[in-house]
Amino acid sequence: MLWQQLLNGLTLGSTYALIALGYTMVYGIVQLINFAHGEIYMVGAFVGLVLVTVWDVNLGVAMVGAMAVCMLLGVLVERIAYRPLRGKSSRLSPLISALGASIFLSTLMALIAGVNTRRYPAIMDLSSFSWGPVQVSSMQVIILLVSALLMIGLQFMVRKTRIGKAMRACSQDLDAAALMGINVNRVISYTFAIGSALAAAGGVMVGVYYNAVWPYMGTMAGLKAFAAAVLGGIGSIPGAMLGGLTLGVLEIMGVAYISSSFKDAIAFGILILVLILRPQGILGEKISKKV
Amino acid sequence: MPVLELQGVSQEFGGLRALDGIDMKVEHNTIFGIIGPNGAGKTTLFNVITGIYTPTEGSLIFRDTPIASLSSHKVARLGIGRTFQNIRLFNRLSVLDNVKVAANWNRSAGLLASLLGMPAYVREQKQCSTKAEELITMMGLYEKRREYAQSLSYGEQRRLEIARALASNPCLLLLDEPAAGMNSSEKLELMDLIWKIRDDMQLTILLVEHDMHLVMNICEQIAVLDYGRKIAEGDPEQIKSDPRVIQSYLGVEQ
Repeated sequence: MLWQQLLNGLTLGSTYALIALGYTMVYGIVQLINFAHGEIYMVGAFVGLVLVTVWDVNLGVAMVGAMAVCMLLGVLVERIAYRPLRGKSSRLSPLISALGASIFLSTLMALIAGVNTRRYPAIMDLSSFSWGPVQVSSMQVIILLVSALLMIGLQFMVRKTRIGKAMRACSQDLDAAALMGINVNRVISYTFAIGSALAAAGGVMVGVYYNAVWPYMGTMAGLKAFAAAVLGGIGSIPGAMLGGLTLGVLEIMGVAYISSSFKDAIAFGILILVLILRPQGILGEKISKKV
Repeated sequence: MPVLELQGVSQEFGGLRALDGIDMKVEHNTIFGIIGPNGAGKTTLFNVITGIYTPTEGSLIFRDTPIASLSSHKVARLGIGRTFQNIRLFNRLSVLDNVKVAANWNRSAGLLASLLGMPAYVREQKQCSTKAEELITMMGLYEKRREYAQSLSYGEQRRLEIARALASNPCLLLLDEPAAGMNSSEKLELMDLIWKIRDDMQLTILLVEHDMHLVMNICEQIAVLDYGRKIAEGDPEQIKSDPRVIQSYLGVEQ
């Protein structure tokens, strides 16, 4: 029972982690909570659904397609909703713009696709096998593996590549980075693109795993992933991964051992506790204000 | 032909005139000092030159290119590097990466090439590493190249900032109070370093500094700012004997 729940928790947690990475990377560079990020995840799930139902592609192609579309969408949202406000107005204006973008995208999708829940066709053999006392479904294996691969890839990109180093430089001092010749707007676009691709991958996998896709699915998932990013330490990439997994496991454990009606309360209860007890999160650094 | 020419540059912040009609010509390969009391507008002038602020009035010409309305990264790419009054390194990047990140923008291989490790990218990264290693060796930081910038001593951080500013091959280097917080032997080393950079790299150096000994020793041309206006300009001897400068800044010897 415990091991089964742990597996379920890690599966849910890795999807939270994939979404949380987008929040944390964007926050790390522009100190903005991109509330439209949950909607990018939702669009990813829909693009995957369309690819699978209309073009009859397999899961891998659906994910790559969804990631590509959402990269563009993420960059577009940043261009339209955030860039015109950057540096010109208070920190509040981009936040309100983010909420607007979020509402716009979910209602637009409701208008296009209708508000009913849609289901992925049976593209996958969703059989499960026993591993000791634990029932493992093939989709769980896929989610865990793909998430792990994407996160390793992200770590490699951020640590080793040129754009990754530029992203880290920008997250540490945006103005100094610009003065060293780094095209800050371009780095921000890359950040949105990469975060959106990860969320889209999560969206497709969750859509198949829970067999449900609807226009408002991004709201709760986005808030949960945001809570995970804060739990891990917003701005920290390993923190978002750890926060996502921790939140997923705690949530599933809460459902299993307390009550399923507390599912959402657990995530946000943790968010509140973290904000009170350790506002910088598990791996975040205490912020000392620059004078 | 001057490397940098300012014509009537003014900068206002909501009624406060931080710079008031500055005219200045910085000739190639000179070490040009800007001095003046606190609040005279020295750092504001640097921020205007490097595109952080767009001047309210006036024009800036850098090697035939008007730069007044360009954004910071474009100014940097044209060939103006700078350091900061309060050190602003990328604290959680290694010493080497601090320099590489600044040397890297003029490479052409894209994201995909970098993720796939294509030959063009690998070759560019090699060149970039070599360049960065040369610079940190010149600054005496090679032994520490893998450490985080934040673990360096104060003097080392100052030198790393200069290395980072040089990474993009600037032809004009702006140093904002490079000697701040240094003891007298460190200041002597800094003076040698500035001369060496200027001679070896054929650079033009513009520096803001409060240490008069240093300024009078290394600068060939000095401009004095006070309340946003340029009150004097000349070589060190002319500045030392200028009555207005003595009154507003240098003080009268008792």
